[in-house]
Amino acid sequence: MTATTITSAAPRYYLTEEHHPQNGTLLGFWLYLMSDCLVFAALFAVYGVLGRNYAAGPTGAELFNLPLVAINTSLLLLSSITYGFAMLEMQRGKLRAVLVWLAITGLLGAGFIGLELYEFNHLIHEGAGPQRSAFLSAFFALVGTHGLHVSFGIVWLITLMFQLGKHGLTPPNKRRLMCLSMFWHFLDVVWIGVFSFVYLMGVLP
Amino acid sequence: MSNDHSHSHEDDGASHSTLKGYMTGFVLAVVLTAIPFWLVMGKVFATSTVTAIVVLAFAAVQIVVHMVYFLHMNGKSEGGWTMLALLFTLVLVVITLSGSLWVMYHLNHNMMPSMHDMRNMP
Repeated sequence: MTATTITSAAPRYYLTEEHHPQNGTLLGFWLYLMSDCLVFAALFAVYGVLGRNYAAGPTGAELFNLPLVAINTSLLLLSSITYGFAMLEMQRGKLRAVLVWLAITGLLGAGFIGLELYEFNHLIHEGAGPQRSAFLSAFFALVGTHGLHVSFGIVWLITLMFQLGKHGLTPPNKRRLMCLSMFWHFLDVVWIGVFSFVYLMGVLP
Repeated sequence: MSNDHSHSHEDDGASHSTLKGYMTGFVLAVVLTAIPFWLVMGKVFATSTVTAIVVLAFAAVQIVVHMVYFLHMNGKSEGGWTMLALLFTLVLVVITLSGSLWVMYHLNHNMMPSMHDMRNMP
């Protein structure tokens, strides 16, 4: 009797309900993105150091197909804005529109990956695979890591579409959408570095 | 949505995106992407160094545009912690990039045998 009274009357010095669940996740995810940024910084540094070591092999000017890169860049940029539209529809609470924009984003991302795989395949068949020179090793490491991120982003996006279809726009799903939004826009930011530093500067004489 | 109200204030640290914001960012990004591609593909500048510097400058501006309009970066979100994390990361990125390039440039410069040395080699 006394024991129960004490426990029930005992003051609570902490909040059992999480006080900032969304902010915590979003800040944590942002910190993950910053660490991912360091991974890419290291890869960019490797490319910066080795990018002109051709080992008497093909150079960037001979290999890079800038119109293809321009199409790739526009696909990724378009996918960024369509994801933005999905976020706007999420704020309005329109599930169907969110799903449509997510699907378009996923297709644009898939197009990006498809073109990148085509480019890689083409390079490897020309004998310009990652083992050809330090330049190509650094190139495949950097661009390949970015492509891998986009691929995982697409997997996440499809998973999230099924989650949304099953549970709707619940607070956890909204939080997940915001995390993927950050991830997706972050990959576009990294791609700015890739097309400027690797492709555009790579073809300069 | 019973907990709609309780969550409405918890969203505050995150994005309050507007169509105008996204469209502004998108238009700026398109312009900032198209100009460097045009500069390189149209061979606008005679020297590579000038083109490279201009391309990198456009990339830097575009990254800021994406950060502001797409990632909604500002000094207030999450009580300033995202901005602090970003600045710390930027410091590390700059050290990584400039340090690597600087060290390796001097290594090549000092360790690479010059053509003169090569000729005198046995």
